[in-house]
Amino acid sequence: MPVVCSGCEGRPAVLKRPKTGHSLCRACFFWAFEEEVHQTVLSARLFRPGERVGIGASGGKDSTVLAHVMKVLNERYSYGLELVLLSVDEGITGYRDDSLETVRRNQQQYSLPLEVVSYQQLYGWTMDDIVRQVGRKNNCTFCGVFRRQALDRGAMMLKVDKICTGHNADDVAETVLMNVLRGDIARLRRCTAIMTGGGGVIPRCKPLKYAYEKEIVLYAYFNKLDYFSTECIYSPNAYRGHARAFLKDLEAVRPSSIVDVIHSGENLCVGVGVRMPVQGNCTRCGYISSQKLCKACVLLEGLNRGLPKLGIGKHQRLHDKILAQEPLSEKEERKLRAVDF
Amino acid sequence: GYRANMAAPIDLHLEFGGGAELLFGGVKDHQVQLPNQAEPWDIRQLLVWIKRNLLKERPELFIQGDTVRPGILVLINDADWELMGELDYQLQDKDNLVFISTLHGG
Repeated sequence: MPVVCSGCEGRPAVLKRPKTGHSLCRACFFWAFEEEVHQTVLSARLFRPGERVGIGASGGKDSTVLAHVMKVLNERYSYGLELVLLSVDEGITGYRDDSLETVRRNQQQYSLPLEVVSYQQLYGWTMDDIVRQVGRKNNCTFCGVFRRQALDRGAMMLKVDKICTGHNADDVAETVLMNVLRGDIARLRRCTAIMTGGGGVIPRCKPLKYAYEKEIVLYAYFNKLDYFSTECIYSPNAYRGHARAFLKDLEAVRPSSIVDVIHSGENLCVGVGVRMPVQGNCTRCGYISSQKLCKACVLLEGLNRGLPKLGIGKHQRLHDKILAQEPLSEKEERKLRAVDF
Repeated sequence: GYRANMAAPIDLHLEFGGGAELLFGGVKDHQVQLPNQAEPWDIRQLLVWIKRNLLKERPELFIQGDTVRPGILVLINDADWELMGELDYQLQDKDNLVFISTLHGG
């Protein structure tokens, strides 16, 4: 006996929504999913008419659905946006080159301009090179930091006013948990913000912030959207994996856990007297940073000097030495060179 | 509706996607036949059968306890298994099952 859609009370339901427990047919599901993103866009005032918006596109499920929904909503509700696709090539053989193929297909399918920026051209290092030097324990730190900057650089090249990324509810909830587990108060406070940037930095927003990963996958499946779906070959040891596994187990017991964790994160207040970092600029490259040197510059310095652990962990006092181009002591070098593969 | 208590062999089409296919030798589509047995086949038993007969590596990435690892979506004839009784759903001849992993970057 098929379950009937609670939306139209006519057609057979095809999914049970984790967020609400409602059973919806295909058409009602598409409508509900798209409408919720539209409401998110409106209530958070994510866009203004006439803006040129860069969609961070990796060829994966989230960015593919994001590109599709943005195109649909832009037309349906006349947002008046000029949409472009923005892709980052980290130089991961067998992973990124394949997913970029998917982005190029998306470009054709949605008829949107596409810009690809690569780590090779921006930093002189591909992720393959980096993993060879750094090993597989901290490599994700490099990639995350470099990709954030790469997206900004690409956005500047494409002259976009705003970036949007496909981060979904599961991602945001995982990040809240990760920051709690690591005691990273500064990030904990920022990570649930739906839009960040401004003040000289191209703002970036997350229209899919409240969309459950399950619904994104089913939206793509029922719409027959073409996406690339392999786990990055270097990521199995990423810390996020632990938070993700935990969150998935929680969701199985209580599906609203995901938006509830986000809600907790959004409403946390930092206690009086807690020391928070102050935003400034990197003295080397000008990018925003709370230290004298931004993370990307520190990581690059480490790579170029054969000190792969520079930038992993806290070495603020070494930044002065690096900036002044003073040599590091034998003991300092030894600690920074040690790598666990 | 009426359903026979004696189960004949059941032909199923299984599809693995979202990266799950990597655990099955990279093959997405599998046409399988479950053998004749007295009680009706359900998904709980199918998972045991899959683990024994189809899974090529790292079963813990597909199965957790007696169900699929959280993060793997299951569709039965293009409908969410949560609407069909999940593990208790009794398989019928010519059913189509899709297992989509969501556990990768987006």
